[in-house]
Amino acid sequence: MSIRSHIAPIRFGLGLRLGESPPEAPEAWLAAQIREPGASPPGLTAKEAVIAQLSHLVLRDEAAGIAQTRAPQYRAALEGNGIVLPDSTPLPGLIRRETTAWAARRLTSPQPFRDRLVDFWSNHFTTARRGAAMAILPAALEHDAIRPHVTGRFADMLVAVTRHPAMLIYLNNNISVGPNSRAARGGRFGLNENLAREVLELHTLSPAGGYTQGDVQELAKILTGWRVATDRPPFDFQWQPAAHEPGPKFLLGRRFEEGEGSQEAALRFLAAQPATWRFLAVKLARHFVADAPPPEAVRALEKVLRETDGDLGAVALALVALPQAWEPPLSKFRAPQDFVLAACRALGVMEQRADLVVNGLFAMNQPLWMAPQPNGWPDIAEAWATPEAMMRRVDWAYTVAGRAGVTDLPGAAAAALGPLARAETVSAMRGAGSLRDAATLLIGSPEFMHR
Amino acid sequence: MSHASFSLGRRSLLLGLGTALVLGRTRAAFAQLPGERRFVVILQRGAMDGLYAVQPYADPVLREIRAPLALPEPGQEGGLLDLGGRFGLHPDFANLHAMYAADEALLLHAIAGPYRSRSHFDAQDMLESGADQRLSSGWLNRAISALPNPAEARAGLAVGTNVPLLMRGPTPVGAWFPPGVEHPSPDLYARLAALHAGDPKLGPVFEEGLRARGFATSTLGEPSRERDRAQFPRLAAAAGRLLAEAAGPRVAVLELGGWDTHVNQANNIRGPLRALDAGLAELKAALGADWARTAVLVITEFGRTARANGNAGTDHGTAGVALLLGGAVRGGRVVADWPGLGRDALLENRDLRPTADLRAVAKGLLAGHLGLPAPAVAQAFPGSEAVAPMGGLLRG
Repeated sequence: MSIRSHIAPIRFGLGLRLGESPPEAPEAWLAAQIREPGASPPGLTAKEAVIAQLSHLVLRDEAAGIAQTRAPQYRAALEGNGIVLPDSTPLPGLIRRETTAWAARRLTSPQPFRDRLVDFWSNHFTTARRGAAMAILPAALEHDAIRPHVTGRFADMLVAVTRHPAMLIYLNNNISVGPNSRAARGGRFGLNENLAREVLELHTLSPAGGYTQGDVQELAKILTGWRVATDRPPFDFQWQPAAHEPGPKFLLGRRFEEGEGSQEAALRFLAAQPATWRFLAVKLARHFVADAPPPEAVRALEKVLRETDGDLGAVALALVALPQAWEPPLSKFRAPQDFVLAACRALGVMEQRADLVVNGLFAMNQPLWMAPQPNGWPDIAEAWATPEAMMRRVDWAYTVAGRAGVTDLPGAAAAALGPLARAETVSAMRGAGSLRDAATLLIGSPEFMHR
Repeated sequence: MSHASFSLGRRSLLLGLGTALVLGRTRAAFAQLPGERRFVVILQRGAMDGLYAVQPYADPVLREIRAPLALPEPGQEGGLLDLGGRFGLHPDFANLHAMYAADEALLLHAIAGPYRSRSHFDAQDMLESGADQRLSSGWLNRAISALPNPAEARAGLAVGTNVPLLMRGPTPVGAWFPPGVEHPSPDLYARLAALHAGDPKLGPVFEEGLRARGFATSTLGEPSRERDRAQFPRLAAAAGRLLAEAAGPRVAVLELGGWDTHVNQANNIRGPLRALDAGLAELKAALGADWARTAVLVITEFGRTARANGNAGTDHGTAGVALLLGGAVRGGRVVADWPGLGRDALLENRDLRPTADLRAVAKGLLAGHLGLPAPAVAQAFPGSEAVAPMGGLLRG
């Protein structure tokens, strides 16, 4: 068995699980995960999330006895469409169910490379839980818009994400109104640039793409009308022409006519720009190769994206084919999400204890669906390998080593690092006073901090 | 590593002697004292709307172009807190206003960094780098390379789990955040430290984490387990207590997010405004007598549009407000070369036009307050020779 059998699950996957053998043919193991989509895990849809959030508002106001409330109107809208409200707010239970389902899936994933790609793109298209309007919607984005396209076309993912209720609400397009549209009511409501700016800056061209403030405003005008019916059917995405800015718009010099098709046309136009390919190639190489990605690796990925018109499956296979993605091993510092998942998998944490993962992400300052800003979580060591963060890692390693109830230490060591463990770490584990201390040293070792 | 040599090593590590020994510093390093001045920088992430926080209510155009966000004038119900007839503070800034009344708060308006980016992330990077491009280190880190370390700590301290770019760089700094999970025994920490010691990147980081925890625990006692421990006022209070230690740090950085008010700004800005105001009061209280020797600089990456957007919020703009407070500050003033809000006065008919450079303020403080030598100040802001340090910020 080549050393690549041990590198592949760590670099491209989520780490081996206790008792799992390294893949005999690592490249084929990775390629199969790209070629075979596998069964899509069940998950929350945008509509279910919107209904749960609206039900929460109704039940909260009713319980508090608030007189001035739209609760009766919302209740009528829900019940009039055959939706039965529960007795108490569904949100806390739903948040627990969705976060632990996310963690449980990754603890036992049959396709860890595909899941890592899902997480990469979910971070590229960050949305976050905040306030009642975003309380659980981010959970639906992965299910509705990321996972279905993770080995498909980037343009399809971009369109699906941008028109998803989670993104439309998170970046305020839901309330953006064309200044000359009917919904503006003579200037009472107007444009909100937030989504347009982040589509250009964070999702497609990046600032290197050289767009202007004018382009931001033109794209914002194009995107008007893409809204969410949060308090009435369809409780989901809705095209609302009354909010759409009339007239043609000019984005990067290209003319887009007014109307319902213009949003998708503009997004597909942005998805196919060379600056977009370049930006995506850099981000992929940074995630899978190195914080400062080698230019030849970036060029190789960029070329694949260009030649395949943004085929994300092809670029995933190209990543595996990059020699730089394998050498040297353990050179990429694990973000807390990687660290927690790999540790729980190696220690054999069962799906029923997926809460350990969720709490670990909180303890290490990378809580699920709660990135502080729309640029998502950082992907470089400098952002995570800080003094206090390192202390929290070993504190958590000690905590989870206790709570996971480690019994098979050699098995955990084989899953965690196998032959990639340093002699010092093996020796320190042998000299530890307890299984728990030994597991802490394994999870807290510098090599386990890397992938 | 034997236990005997370890316990000695660990003790000196916690006392902050480790670095002096490792770096081969001589006793001269201990003889040179860092001075008694304290300097705190608070980064407001997300771009605070300066025109909203500090409103130029005497400018007749304000109400014309910003009606939904113009608060009642001073003296009226829910009105601004007056700052001498031209400007007014948001009413949630009660503690800041008291500092202003005590001549301890200086408000700088129509100010911006030298860059003209409306991207949060680029602008934050440049604000912290001290340059018109992203550097791998922050201006404050480079500046304090000239500051001697006190006996038991690094001169620089980041309060929060992450060290912001502003404080990253070649100068080793401390970091502190209240932890929330179980802790290994000191012996197991030591074994983990030994595992990391050989790693060129993680070794020093791990050592610094241990050292910072040791120092912080001896000063602050065991960390609180309350849920709101991460809240900004509590972090500010902790920063104040650490800075008040004679042998503790002299320069600290904190961050406070939540300023990106694209929607319903009047409501959404209140949380961060109140957190900042409460944090400033906590910081002052915890610093005690050292407040008299303290300057606190509060900065954000850019201001916001002069006009409200379609959602009673504001979009990304250019100039805004910086706050400077502390007992060492010659306060009780608003400093602004007011550009006006008329159509032609606005930058690109959109944003408040900058008439002052944040670098001038920072340079004035590094030189005048921390007494840093000119080369250290120049190193903090490369390419800023034409930007003179702003004078008159400090009490004589």
